[in-house]
Parts: sequence; structure tokens; C-alpha cells
Amino acid sequence: MIEKGLVPALSLIGLLLLWVVAAALTADATILPTPWSLVGPFLRELQSGELLFHLGHTLLRVIWAFVLAMTVGMALGLVMGRFPKVDRWLDPWLVVFLNLPALVLIVLCYLWIGLNETAAIVAVTLNKVPNVTTMIREGARSFSPDLDAMATVYRMPPVTRLRHVLLPQLAPFVAAAARSGVAVIWKIVLVVEFLGRSSGIGFKIHLYFQLFDVRMVLVYALSFIIVMLVVEWSVLQPWERRVRRWRIA
Amino acid sequence: MVCPATLGTARAPLADRMIKVDVTRKFYGDTQILGRIAFEIKRGETVAVLGPSGVGKSTLLRIIAGIDHTYEGQVTRPEKMAIVFQEPTLLLWRSVLQNLMLIHPGLSDHAARGMLEKVGIGGKADLFPGQLSLGQQRRLALARAFAGDPEFLIMDEPFVSLDPQTAEVMLALTETLIAEVRPATLFVTHARAEAERLRARILELRGTPASLAPRLVL
Ligand SMILES: Nc1ncnc2c1ncn2[C@@H]1O[C@H](COP(=O)(O)OP(=O)(O)O)[C@@H](O)[C@H]1O
Ligand SMILES: [Mg+2]
Repeated sequence: MIEKGLVPALSLIGLLLLWVVAAALTADATILPTPWSLVGPFLRELQSGELLFHLGHTLLRVIWAFVLAMTVGMALGLVMGRFPKVDRWLDPWLVVFLNLPALVLIVLCYLWIGLNETAAIVAVTLNKVPNVTTMIREGARSFSPDLDAMATVYRMPPVTRLRHVLLPQLAPFVAAAARSGVAVIWKIVLVVEFLGRSSGIGFKIHLYFQLFDVRMVLVYALSFIIVMLVVEWSVLQPWERRVRRWRIA
Repeated sequence: MVCPATLGTARAPLADRMIKVDVTRKFYGDTQILGRIAFEIKRGETVAVLGPSGVGKSTLLRIIAGIDHTYEGQVTRPEKMAIVFQEPTLLLWRSVLQNLMLIHPGLSDHAARGMLEKVGIGGKADLFPGQLSLGQQRRLALARAFAGDPEFLIMDEPFVSLDPQTAEVMLALTETLIAEVRPATLFVTHARAEAERLRARILELRGTPASLAPRLVL
């Protein structure tokens, strides 16, 4: 039997080996550099402060878009799940926005709002809100009618009810929306930066793409991937375990 | 046409007849479930609504409790109510103690623990409800009902699907708590023995649409 934590580690090492083999077969550092040839440029960018500067900008955009998309999506999802009449009116909008390509929304936001930070964050948020709304609505539809009746008879105040009766039932759906949310949002943020910002990882990738510098594209991309994995493991997964505590107790 | 009925509000606390039920009709879609049902419950009185499964007992109870507003008629009920469902209906994600204190914000920690003690789950305060047996969960539901010192207690077949011994223990416990708190109690069941055990005034629900059967014998 292989230990539980060992499998993902071995699997990642396998991926790294695949990269090494592919780099060796390519034998052309301008197309696929070896992993260790990235270390030097990485340290240089880190020391110059360039990497951290752009990482910070991207991370800030991810956080803004994430918070906005989760807030708006949860409010909409709750209302639509709880009130079928509202749902009937808003559902067609949801379908339209769900099927709008991310690129279209981004371009339109830049054209209408301008090439600025607001447009960037609005574009990312609009891309994620329909998803969050759909998932939260599913949760709101599955609220226990018995608990609702109980809360009504005992005259629980609305805020207590939201916090201790409704939101805990919604927690698995919020967790799922948050995780898929982060995953999608940071990818869209890179596209937004690629298309119309002069800072951030996406901007740097755009720059090095024009210079055909595969090595620097990989340095910036991998740095951010690592940051997002750390967020996933150190923030999202522990939080999810905490809200699920009562299930396994 | 089904129109939402007006909500009854609390009358003067000394009013003898604190709960007044006068339901004229209740439909689910095109099916009429309830006909005319009228009765009153006095302070400290226990009324049992008896009837076979599916006759409309829970439907009537949801109207009286103020959960269902789509009926024709009028119900007057006090402000401080408590309910015990067939299922425990607990907040599974909050501790046993919090299940009392969140529902009754005025309850002190000490009083809440005392209530748990009284229903025999004193040592379980800090567990999650899912860690209790079904019997213990029902005790918690009882504790929650009585902890708020209700003026009106509503129970929907709370002892169904319990084995006879447990049902008896729960009945005795309920009897003690009712004697202590003295709420007006409405108790719905299909078991006449339970109703008699709680010395309830028995109303029988019969027919489709259901209405109260006249009492033939004393
Ligand atoms: N939400 C509902 N929609 C439609 N019919 C219902 C609904 N709830 C109950 N009924 C029907 O109403 C009748 C009475 O149900 P109920 O009040 O639960 O009976 P009891 O509690 O006496 O067993 C049953 O025939 C049931 O199928
Ligand atoms: Mg029933």
C-alpha cells in the first residue's frame, strides 16, 4: 500500500520527469527549456522585485473579482432559489450569461468601460457570477422545509435564521462554488491582463510571448500556478474541512 | 379560490381561550383536504387530534402553527409557540447546547444545561446532534420545545416509530414537562392510547375532506 499523501507527490514528480524527457527530446531551449534552466531567471526576477510586483497585482485582481463574484452570486442564487417567481424572470438572463464566451465579455467591458482596472475586474466578475449563482441556487432549492417550519414557529429572527439555519445548509455549495470560482477566476484574470493591462502575470506573459521567450513565459506562469496551489491547500481546503466538521464528528 | 388567511395575534394574556381554530376549507391543488374544523384550546389544556394516516392531521397542524397560510378560515394563536415534529428537526451543524440557545436567545447557559439534564442528555451538551441516538435527538427536540416556556405547544406524532418502551418513557417525560410548564397543547396522533395517556380532550378527524367527527359518547 502506498501512503495517501505519497500518490499526488509521485504523480507530480512523474509530470516533472515527463517535462525533462520532452525537453531532452526537443533539445532546443527556445522551444522547451529544462526545468532547472528556469531557476536562474526565476531568482533574477524575484530579486529585482519584478516578479513580486506583477504577482501582487494579479493576486489583488483575483481577490477583488472573487469577493465580488461570490457576494453577488450568493445573493442572486439565494433569492432565485428561495423565490420561484424571481427565478422564472431571471433564469433566461442566467442562461444568456452562462453561454457568453469569456472573451466576448472581456472585450465588451474594455470597449464600454475603458482600458482600466474597473473594466478588468468587472469583466472577470461577470464571467464568474452566473456560475456561482447557479450553484448557490441549487443549494437554496434544497433547503429543508422542516427546518424552515421549525424556524417559523419558534420565531427565529431573520439574521439568526440566515446564519445558523440557511447558510450552514448552503456551505457545501458555497465551498464548491468557491473552489471552482478561484480556479476559473485566476485564469480569466490572466486573459484580461493579456488583453488590456500593463501589469500582472498576464501582461508579462503577453510581453514575453511577443519576444518568443518561452523560458520567461514559463517562469511567470509557473510562479502564479504555485501561488494558487498554495491558496488552495492552505486556505480553501482547511476552510472546507472546518465547515464539514459536524458531518464526520 | 384560496386566499391567505389573516394571522392571529396574541390576545390579552389572561384570555381563557387563547387558541381559536376556525378553518373552513383547505385545498391542495384541486383536492379539498380539509372541511370545516373549529375548536378552541384553553390555557393548560391538552387537545389531541386523532385520525388515520393521510386524513390531513399534519395539514391542519401546519395551518394552526402558522406555517401554512394558504387556507380559508381564521386561527388565533399566541406569540410564544413551540413545535415538536415527527422527526427531531435539529440544526445538525450546531452543538446540542447551541440547538437550545440559538432558538431561545434569552436562555442562559445554566438554564439550557439544566433543561438538557431534565430530559436526560445532560452530558451531551457539547456534542453535535448527529452523535446522539435517535431517542436522544427526540429528547433534545422536547427540551427545545419546553425551554422557551411556550404558551402553545404543538406536537405532530412525536412518538411514532419509537419502540413501545422508549415511547412510554418519552410520553412520561412529556407528561412531566407539560405539568410543569402548563402550555396549551395540541397533540396530533393516530394512536388513541397516547392521547388517553396524556389525558387529552380527544377530537377525531375523519372523512374527505376531513372534518371533526361528532362525539357520540362521553
Ligand atoms: N404539499 C402537499 N401537496 C399536495 N398534497 C399534499 C401535500 N401534503 C399533504 N398532501 C396530501 O394531503 C393529505 C393529508 O396529508 P397529511 O396532512 O400529511 O396527513 P396525516 O398527517 O393525517 O397523515 C394526504 O392525502 C397527502 O397526500
Ligand atoms: Mg402527518
